[in-house]
Amino acid sequence: MRVLLRLLGFLGAHPWRAALAVLLGVATVASNVGLLALSAFLIAAAALKPELAALSVPIYLVRFFGVSRGFARYAERVVSHDVTFRLLRNLRIWFYERLEPLAPSRLLEHHSGDLLDRAVEDVDELQNVYLRIFSPILVAAFTVSATFAVFWVFSPLLAFVALGFLVAAGVGVPLLVDALARRTGRQQVELRAELSAQLVDSVQGVQDLLAFGAEKERRDRISEINRKLARAQRRMALIEGLQGSLNDLLSNLAMLVLLVLAIPLVSGGEIRGVYLAFLALVILGSFEAITPLGSAFQFLGRSLSAAGRLFEIADEEPQVRDPQNPAPVPERPGLEFRRVTFSYSNSGSKALDDVSFEIKAGSRVAVVGPSGSGKSTLARLALRFWDPDGGEVLLGGRDVREYAQEDLREKIGLVAQDTHIFNGTLRRNLLLARPEATQRELERAVEAARLGGLVESLPEGLDSWVGEQGLRISGGERQRLAVARALLKNAPILLLDEPTANLDTVTEQELLGSIREMVQDRTTLLITHRLVGMEGMDEILVLDKGRIVERGTHAELLRSSGLYRQMYDTQREMLAAA
Amino acid sequence: MDRELFRQIKPARIFLALTVALGVLGAAATIAQMTFLSEVVSRVFMGDENLGRVEGLIFLLLAAIVVRAALVWAREVVGQRGAIQIKTKLRERLFSHLMRLGPTYTKNERTGELVSTAVEGIERLDAYFGRYMPQVLLSLLVPLMIFVYLVQVDWISALLLVGSAPVIPILMIAVGKHSERHIQRQWLALSRLSAYFLDTLQGLTTLKAFGRSRAESETVAKVGERFRKRTMKVLRYAFASGLVLEFMVSIAIALVAVELGVRLLRGDISFQPAFLILLLAPEFYRPLRELGTHRHAGMEGKAASGQIFEILNTPAPVSGGDAYPREIQNQLTIRLDSVRFSYPDGSRPALSGVSLDLPVGTTTALVGRSGAGKSTLANLLLRFLEPSEGDILANGLPIMGLPVENWREHVALVPQRPHLFYGTVLENIRLARPGATPEEVQRAAELAGADGFIRRLPEGYDTQIGERGARLSGGEAQRVAIARAFLKDAPLLVLDEPTSSLDPKSERLVRQAIERLSKGRTTLIIAHRLNTVYSADRIAVLEDGHLREVGTHEELLERSTLYAGLVNAPERVTT
Repeated sequence: MRVLLRLLGFLGAHPWRAALAVLLGVATVASNVGLLALSAFLIAAAALKPELAALSVPIYLVRFFGVSRGFARYAERVVSHDVTFRLLRNLRIWFYERLEPLAPSRLLEHHSGDLLDRAVEDVDELQNVYLRIFSPILVAAFTVSATFAVFWVFSPLLAFVALGFLVAAGVGVPLLVDALARRTGRQQVELRAELSAQLVDSVQGVQDLLAFGAEKERRDRISEINRKLARAQRRMALIEGLQGSLNDLLSNLAMLVLLVLAIPLVSGGEIRGVYLAFLALVILGSFEAITPLGSAFQFLGRSLSAAGRLFEIADEEPQVRDPQNPAPVPERPGLEFRRVTFSYSNSGSKALDDVSFEIKAGSRVAVVGPSGSGKSTLARLALRFWDPDGGEVLLGGRDVREYAQEDLREKIGLVAQDTHIFNGTLRRNLLLARPEATQRELERAVEAARLGGLVESLPEGLDSWVGEQGLRISGGERQRLAVARALLKNAPILLLDEPTANLDTVTEQELLGSIREMVQDRTTLLITHRLVGMEGMDEILVLDKGRIVERGTHAELLRSSGLYRQMYDTQREMLAAA
Repeated sequence: MDRELFRQIKPARIFLALTVALGVLGAAATIAQMTFLSEVVSRVFMGDENLGRVEGLIFLLLAAIVVRAALVWAREVVGQRGAIQIKTKLRERLFSHLMRLGPTYTKNERTGELVSTAVEGIERLDAYFGRYMPQVLLSLLVPLMIFVYLVQVDWISALLLVGSAPVIPILMIAVGKHSERHIQRQWLALSRLSAYFLDTLQGLTTLKAFGRSRAESETVAKVGERFRKRTMKVLRYAFASGLVLEFMVSIAIALVAVELGVRLLRGDISFQPAFLILLLAPEFYRPLRELGTHRHAGMEGKAASGQIFEILNTPAPVSGGDAYPREIQNQLTIRLDSVRFSYPDGSRPALSGVSLDLPVGTTTALVGRSGAGKSTLANLLLRFLEPSEGDILANGLPIMGLPVENWREHVALVPQRPHLFYGTVLENIRLARPGATPEEVQRAAELAGADGFIRRLPEGYDTQIGERGARLSGGEAQRVAIARAFLKDAPLLVLDEPTSSLDPKSERLVRQAIERLSKGRTTLIIAHRLNTVYSADRIAVLEDGHLREVGTHEELLERSTLYAGLVNAPERVTT
């Protein structure tokens, strides 16, 4: 119920438009009822052969409703969809603003990988709240009241009988169908999820399946789920068919029962016979407003669970907060980790265990180690995506928690492995780093990041569309785009997280060249498992399972024949193939 | 496309016919119901009869109402059953075909899209087959029935109705065509705008790193507003055909009513037939209106079945071979004889005239830059692809003549990125031989150097792995794949080494396991490591689809600058 009320709050933003759409919805149904019922009255009255003039009002009204029906319906659809898309826009803004302070710490730790897809689907689901739930329910309520009033004029008994049938069809039938369908519906959802999971697994593993002749066994397993799904769907069809059928039955029965009750009233002279046909068509016509209620109840159930999930995310507390009085960030700061200990809340082991090192302003430190050793966590803490459990991260001699997050991040250029390429032009993707950059600056950054070849090969150059919906970019190109962004940003501190992953050796060499120019004079932290260009580093830290196990310069570490030496030898084993 | 589907799935026709028949019967029940209703009202109103006198008619009316509701239900159930049958058959066919298309096809498609076509795409067909298709036929048959009936009641009104009927679809099509063009123009922009939100959320961390995340909220609002404006523009057009339908139907009913009223006044017609015509006029148009509401589902279904048939009509890259499986000896000599291969889309051949022998029990290392044709060659040996020209012979027998499954029994594959299926470790290794005992599986894991880490997993061999289970590192997954190959114990082994280096310990364990595995087998390794080429019996160097050199490491170092470049490159990197 609280969820429902909160949802209603979103509708409050456009009360007048919403009311107008409901009004038009009522007008649509009323036009139809009016057209049919008044036509019936017209011919009944005509059968009594009065003067033509006596029929001019009903004739005028029949023509009016004949015209108004189409336009009311059109206007209703336009206005109600307009409200829906306004609602969607507001929901998206609301959700974005709630999510922004939570990213990435809360999102990565507490939720599964498909959280965002799910949330976007949920927001889309909620756009139905008005169009498919509130609006039909209100239109039905108005129509039912109006029908009740019409019958009341003739006889209170008829009015209550009509009301009874309308409520039974509008509320009773959906509840009945929902109760019958609940178990099968849940089963269906589970089976479809299972089917998807098995299909994903099989498509991704098709090479292994075929190579080991296991495709038949796989096919049988999928057929089995498929057949189970078909069985559940056949059961569901029996239940879902009831919705339409019972509505049809109830509307006609209502007409029949009202007729049977009205005939003695006509015979007794309490109702004029000329109204009999009129009343039969009023009740038949008013059921039009009841029909959408069946799906309204289904949408209501889905919307409530979608809203529940979204509110749960939106109500979370951000893990990182800005201080009351943020300190100004110095122009040319150094970076220091002092006895930093950290573990992700969803994992038992420590990602960083008592890590201390200092990068003096303008100097370069590399962190190397096997995957899973905690290297990337260093960058995340420096950017204050998370706060350490123990110890402190210092920038320019102050704890990073004393700065405003945006000020802090303005001073840091990041080249990350998981850089997101946004749907949009290459230009937009680059300008993200510095919106005011000039064309010349863009071109220089593209050249330095070795993206010139790609841009030239594209028909629209920098204005070509990239990302999921455009040209898909390879891992190496993504990496170079990240470098170009960092070049544009031109920040005093550089965090390079595996900048040459996914690149072949030739491109790696070229890119390292540009990076070398970029790190001149900048406070640099290079995180990598590729031991390339290590000679230029002022210090190298070897990280294993969250602890610093070796430190020194390239030459020193090679001599000491520890983990660094082993990694170096393994790497030299590789052919230049990729 | 519909025809193709119905040809493929015969029982669907019966269901369709049955659904239409039930719809026609339903319309007959409606005609009966309206006839009884008009009779009752007329007798009470014009004949001043009381309830007792019309009792019989009331019961007939009740019967018609109940029968009609039952037919509505039956039609829905039968329609859905037919759709379910189609969906089930089609899904099985789609999956089988995906397996036939194999890894070279699925690698280029997005898994998510393929799977959503196979699950949601196929589900979308039920509105199409269960409702839309029968409705198309019914929107012709039912008005015709009502017309035939009304001609006998009052031919003037019947002609008026039938005269208006063709105007409606013609106008709708005319308006629809116009709006369709408009909608098409907006389509790309709209789909981009609607994908924008997910994209922004996914990029939130990146936005944050650049300090743009708060400012982006304004863009979210702006894009939302643009989306609304554009969509409304499209919808204003899209709703126009609905407007035409509603408008024409209402006007036609109003015209009929007024015409009846005027004729009643003149005494040209009596009340009962006039009321009956008024009751049946909306029923005359009802199927057309319903067609309008199912049209959207129909369009979606059509689009979905387009995607489904696009996959089904993609030819499989490998033919089945002749029907007889043949015994091949347990010792294999493989000969590639001027093998050419071009991908259907690529103009440049991936392999041009490669001739290479893999003698019994020897290891051949395949080296070359990326794109040289190494994977294509491996795919040909596994028959994921078939040569455009030339032959691959196993002990002198062309492998293309064998049934595919029969041939693959003789090959074991250790891919670069082995896939771990959702299931236990035991099941994953047993993939190679479903009948293997746990002891045999464990023996294979020991040989692969995997037994140690498997025992350290929370539930040992019964630990769930794969997407939804425990994560294994690259080196561990590699060793599970090697265990599979040990269990399969096939005479030909195809190995694709990982391109990036594992951590030093994994690296050593994987190398030892591969050495044990390849002993005594005819082996082809796509090599990325110096150690692998040192220990190979022979090395084959590929460049741009051509086999440039074959020889030992020492021979090639002397002869081939290409090879020297490949093995020396890491040295160059470090200097």
